[in-house]
Order: sequence, then C-alpha cells, then structure tokens
Amino acid sequence: MSKALLAVHDLTVRFGGLTALSGVTFAVEHGAVHGLIGPNGAGKTTAFNLISGMTSQTSGSVALAGAPLDGLPTYMRTARGLARTFQNIRMFRNMSALENVMAGAHLRTHERFRDILLRLPAFRAQETRAVARAREILDFVGLAHQAERPGGDLSYGEQRRLEIARALASEPKLLMLDEPAAGMNPSEKIDLIDLIGRLRARGLTLLLVEHDMHFVMKLCDRITVLNFGAKIAEGSPVDVRSDPTVIEAYLGSKSVRRPGAGA
Amino acid sequence: MTHALDNFLFTYQSLIYALGINSLLALSMYVVLAIGQLSLGQAAFMGLGAYASALLTAKFAIPFPLALIAAAAVPALLAFVIGAPTLRLSGVYLAIATIGVGEVLRIFYLNWDYAGGALGLNGIPEEAGFVWIFGVLAVALAGFAAIARSRIGRAMEAIRADEAAAGVMGVNLPVYKLAALVVSAAVAGVAGAFNAHVSSFIGPNEYGFDAAVTILSFALLGGIGSPFGPVLGALVLTALPEVLRPLHDYRLVINGLIIVCVVIFLPGGLLPWRLSRIGAPR
Amino acid sequence: MLAQQLLNGILAGSVYALFALGFTLMFGVLGVINLTYGFYFSTGAFVALHATRYLHMQIWEALPFAAAIAGLIAIVIDELLLGPLRRAKAPELSSLMVTLGATLLLYSLMTAWFTTDIRRFPPTVFDGGAFEIQGLRITLSQILIVAAVVSIVGGLAWLLRRTKLGLAIRALAENDDVAQLMGVNVGGVVHLVSFISGALGGAAGVMIGLNYNAIQPYMGESMMLKGFAVIILGGLGDIRGAVLAGLALGILETLTAGYVASSMKDAVGFLLLVLTLWFRPVGLFGRIAAKRA
Repeated sequence: MSKALLAVHDLTVRFGGLTALSGVTFAVEHGAVHGLIGPNGAGKTTAFNLISGMTSQTSGSVALAGAPLDGLPTYMRTARGLARTFQNIRMFRNMSALENVMAGAHLRTHERFRDILLRLPAFRAQETRAVARAREILDFVGLAHQAERPGGDLSYGEQRRLEIARALASEPKLLMLDEPAAGMNPSEKIDLIDLIGRLRARGLTLLLVEHDMHFVMKLCDRITVLNFGAKIAEGSPVDVRSDPTVIEAYLGSKSVRRPGAGA
Repeated sequence: MTHALDNFLFTYQSLIYALGINSLLALSMYVVLAIGQLSLGQAAFMGLGAYASALLTAKFAIPFPLALIAAAAVPALLAFVIGAPTLRLSGVYLAIATIGVGEVLRIFYLNWDYAGGALGLNGIPEEAGFVWIFGVLAVALAGFAAIARSRIGRAMEAIRADEAAAGVMGVNLPVYKLAALVVSAAVAGVAGAFNAHVSSFIGPNEYGFDAAVTILSFALLGGIGSPFGPVLGALVLTALPEVLRPLHDYRLVINGLIIVCVVIFLPGGLLPWRLSRIGAPR
Repeated sequence: MLAQQLLNGILAGSVYALFALGFTLMFGVLGVINLTYGFYFSTGAFVALHATRYLHMQIWEALPFAAAIAGLIAIVIDELLLGPLRRAKAPELSSLMVTLGATLLLYSLMTAWFTTDIRRFPPTVFDGGAFEIQGLRITLSQILIVAAVVSIVGGLAWLLRRTKLGLAIRALAENDDVAQLMGVNVGGVVHLVSFISGALGGAAGVMIGLNYNAIQPYMGESMMLKGFAVIILGGLGDIRGAVLAGLALGILETLTAGYVASSMKDAVGFLLLVLTLWFRPVGLFGRIAAKRA
C-alpha cells in the first residue's frame, strides 16, 4: 500500500436514500494504468467525482501520494497533482484549443498582477513560455494543426484528445480519464491507445473508466470492478475476465448500454 | 481650434460626461458577466459611491481624489458582504441577493436626514471633469484588456464557460468570483462619484432597479467577448436617445426590449469579436 | 395591541406565502428565476379592479377571474421568452436576464397605459364591513383573504401530493429527462405550472390590493423583493418553506413597523435575505440542497 499513488479507502456516498457507493477501497500504484469498470449505474463516475472533489463523500477517505484529499475543493486537488477528463466532454467551447490548454496550465503559469497590468517583460516571458508549453502538449496529442480553432469546433474525437491535453497541462501525477474512448470510431480508438501508451511511457499514472472491454483489457495493468456501488472484484485483466462474479454482474445486468447514460 | 473644441464641450457637456460614466458602469458590469455571474446591484454600488464621495467633499471638504478612493472602497465592502456567502452557491443567488440592495439603500438614503433625506444631497463641488472621467475610463479599459489577455483572463473565461471544469483546472473559484464582484463594485462606485461631482446634486431615487437594468443592457448589447463591447453598448445606448429625441420617452421600454432580444437572438452582442486570451505572440 | 399586530402580520404573511408559493413552484419545477412573476401580481390586481368596477363582478368572482387571466398571461410569457431558451439549453442566467428585460418592458408598458396613479376598488367591494372580536378588529375582506389563502394552499398541496398530475409536476421538478422517460407530457406540465404560478401571483395581487386598497403598476416590483426574501428563507423550490417563511416575514414586518419604525418595514425582508444567505443558504429546512460550486 505504501507505494500506492492514489489510495481510496472505504468510500461511501449517499444521495438522499440512494447509496451510490458503499465501502469501496482500492489503490492505484505509481506508474500503473488502472481500470475502473462495471455495468451502468455501478458508481464509476461517482467515484471519479469523489476523487476529484466535485462531490463530497458521506464517509471514507481519498489520499494522493500519502496525503489525504478529503474536504479539499477541486482546485486544491489539482494543485496536489490530480487531473481528469469528463465523460460528457466539458470543453471551454469558445476558447481556442491553445487557450484551452493554457487554461489547463493555470497552476503552472506564474504571473504577477502588476506584471499583467503593465505588461512587463516578466509577464511577456511567462506568456511566451506558456504558449510554447501548450503547443508542445497539443503536438503530443496530435492537435498542433488545430491550435487556433475554438475548442467547440473540433471533431468529437479531437475534443476528447484536447481534454486530455488540457488535463496534462496541469502536470498531474495522476490522470483520470472518464470514458476516453466513448463515441470514438475504431481508428480514433487506435490513436487513443497509442496516446495512452505514450503517456505511460512518460511515467504518468492513469486511472480510467471505460465501457469498451477490449480497450480496457488491452491497456490496463490492474482492474477494479464495481457493481451497484460496491467493489466485486479486482486483479489483472486475465483474473478479472475469468472471475465468475464479474461475468455474473455483466450478464445479470440486462440493462442495454445507453450511450451518454451516467455510470 | 481650442475655442471650437471648448464650445463643443460646453454644448454637449452633460452628454459627453454621461458617455464616459456609462461606459465605466458598463465595464463594471462586464467584470461580473465575464465570470458568468449576474449582479443586479451595479446601480446600488454606483449610488453608494456617489453618496460616499459626495458626503466627504460636500460636508467635510475632503479633496476629490481622496473621496474617489472612498467611493471605490465603500461599495467594494458591501460587495464583499453580499458576495462572500452567495458566490459559493449557484448563480441565481447573487442575482437575487443584489436585486434588493438598491431598494434597501434607497430606503436608507430617504430616511437619512444628514444626507438630505428625500430631498437629496446638494452643493457637491463639480470637480469631476472630462480629464478625470475619460482618464479613469482609459485606464480601466486598458487594465481590463490586459487582464483578459493573461492567465487571469483565461481563468475568467473558463469559469464562464464551465465553472466546475474550471475548478478542476485548478482555478480558485471563490477567490476569482469574489474578486470580480468587488472590483466591479469599486468601478461602479467610482462612476457614481463622477456622476455626483459633475451634477452637484444627487437624489435617493436615481440608483434603483431601472438604472441597474439599464447598466445590464449596455453590457449585453455590446457583448462581453472583450471589455470594448460593453463600452460600445454604453456609447450607443447613451447617445441614441439624445440623437433620436422621440426615443427618449421610451428609453426603458427599449432597454428592456434590447435585453430580451439580445439574449434570445444575439447572444454575442453587437461586438461579437472576442479578444484573444493570450498575452504573447503565438 | 400586540394581538392586533400579530393578526395583521399573519394576514399580510399569508398573502406573502401565497405569492412566494407560485414563485418557488416556478423555480422548483421549471428551474428558472422568472422575474416577470411580480408582473402577474400587478396584473391580478388590475384585472380584479376592472372586473369589479366595469364588469360589476363581486369580489369572490373577480378573484378567480383575475387569477385565471394572470395565469394565462404567464403561459404566454413563458412560452415566448423562456421556451426558446429551454429548447436551446441556454445557461440559467440567460433566462434570468431575459425575464429581467421583459420585466422592465412590461412595467413600462403598464405604466404608459395606467400611469403610476394609485387606484382604489369601488366602495361596494367592502360592503361587508368589519367585526370586533375581543378588541381585535378584522374586516370582511380580510376574512375573505384568509379563507382564500387557506383553500388555495390546501388545494395546491392536494394537487401536488395526491394526484397523478401532481406526481408529474414533482417528477419534472426532479429531472426533466426522467420525467420524459416516465411518459410525462413535459410541455403540458410546463404550461400548467406556469398557469398555476401566474394564478397564485395574480391572486396574491388581488388580495394585497384589497387589503391596502391601493393598486399601482409597480406594486409587483416591491412585492418581488419580499418574494425573494421568502423563497430564499424558505429554501429555493421548497413549498412548505415558502409558506412558513411568508408568514414569518409578514409578522416580522408588522412588528418592526409597530415597535421599531414604520420606514424600516420594507428593509426587513432584505435583512432576512442577507442573513439567510450568510448563515443558512439552504433555507429553513434545507430540503433542496443549494447547488455548491
């Protein structure tokens, strides 16, 4: 456990009478690609929202690199090294792709108020650096050619990649991807798998929620399976695939996958 | 040449002052709209600035520049008191909380005999001239444009586009939102001080609901993609009723209609041009 | 003296409650703060005035008539202004701004038509006179007001809790997508809620007009300030909270006017509003949790 980058312990959340997550514990190791899977309504996105601070838990705790995050607002969690994307893309639609990434680098851009107002050289230098950094990241995700276009005008697959770029700009320790492959065509998925491979090669730790089992099995080192808000299995892709409770959960849930439905 | 200019200034003096003051008010509205919030207290903040500064200059003979500082500080303090609890909540709370401020202050001025009560405050020195008003306007405009093209400007637009996502990007939402409201109140207060010090008289009924909505219509008509849009809106809506006299009687109807039409049909405003949020060559 | 003050306070408070009920229902179900709501209040008062004066209606006929007209106007305004924004899924502040502009427009038109002169009901409306019970003075119109408020609030509670229509309204308040999936005719329920809210606002306008016998276009605007205080104190969208908070505001205002200063009366609501926002932003019961940023 001591090596874990993210430690989720006994996490429980209730909304009114509904228990969305009950006593979920798992850990994400440094440098791992960790999958969080489960049928619809299993609590995957809820877990993401709790970890990133967009919802607060009823009980339990979340720690990043040994330091508890509980009670911290989203922006402080980002400062501690957490970044995420959203299942239903949340682009800053009117801002250019470049500006989106630079907004993501908010905590890594140091500009003093006086320098901004007077447009002093220190400010200009910082902006020039920020532009260069953002271009680098856009290039890394393959969007360099779209830098000047408004984020909302990009194609669906490009927006997903721009969201990843924006999250990367905060220089996170842990990058959380919420259904990164949703709505992508096969060739976009291949690009995404390649991108995730390159992220991991950079030493980044990833936690991802994904419905595409092929995608998950191919990418993840370790998988945590949720069902009805509780953890039902955990292990390597091979273990999880052959786990009878997991098979039961997926077959037992007759719910047809609805695109865009909350997880 | 100078003589002609003097003549021109004298003839259209009050209109020219109104153009500058309303532009400042539009800018004060812009700051709040730029972070996706709606304040209906801009007229109240303006009135507070007007009363605070006018009391200081008229009753205590405090120099105008010092009174101007008070005109910024007093509304800023009120904005803090109202904004601190409400800005943590969803956007409707700020709108609701600020909508009543003007009315309460009106009741307060009406009953405050020292400040003239219902008769208003007289004998305010006419110290705010062309240079003051347009000097401050130019500085404010340059300042807001510089801020827009920086890390702060990007964070502000991110908040307006998607507050929760901006928080996840590391933007300190409470600080940004509160700072925007406080700055906005200070700017409105300075505009109020100018208003008081060009006309020598202020009354309790000048800073009510109608004024608040009019200020909003400046900003919406102009568009908030850059700080220049609201100023354009203020110039158009201030000059138009003067040029087309018949419009004057229907000013409120037109302002109301403008807000309705702009929000439904022209969300970008008259000047949909958007200032880039990057302060360096790309 | 105190008993009389309390009685007057409860009376005013019950009308505030009625007014706030429509306002909070609109917010709770339709999800928008509709600032034209105060206009329905003024509309109700003016319709009742004209109905009693020119159509020679009795006041108990004029009340439902005026409420119905206000309700119909509310449907039209909602459809014209908020319909397009709902369909475009515009941000919540857009709808707030549209109704704000519309408010200015509507009041200006109303003032152009009726001027800002204060109008009064014809004296025949008050024929019933007044009663004195153990030193407490209460007029017949006040009794009418209380009876109407109690039956309207009771009827609304019954509608929301016990009928299928009420279930549909509550489903829409929870989530419009879910409501649609449940087979609720969303457009129809939106119109119904607009109508009910507008009618509640209109009815409150008739009652306040009756109670103070003073009718003027901008009466709805000052009422809105009280309405805001009540729905924030009660909790946005909270029906029970709105009723209790309305009563509380009425009583506090009357006591302030009686024991502090009558000029301070209109500031009570705002003070209550700011205090609530500082110390208990979710309202009295905190049932509908305020959305945190």
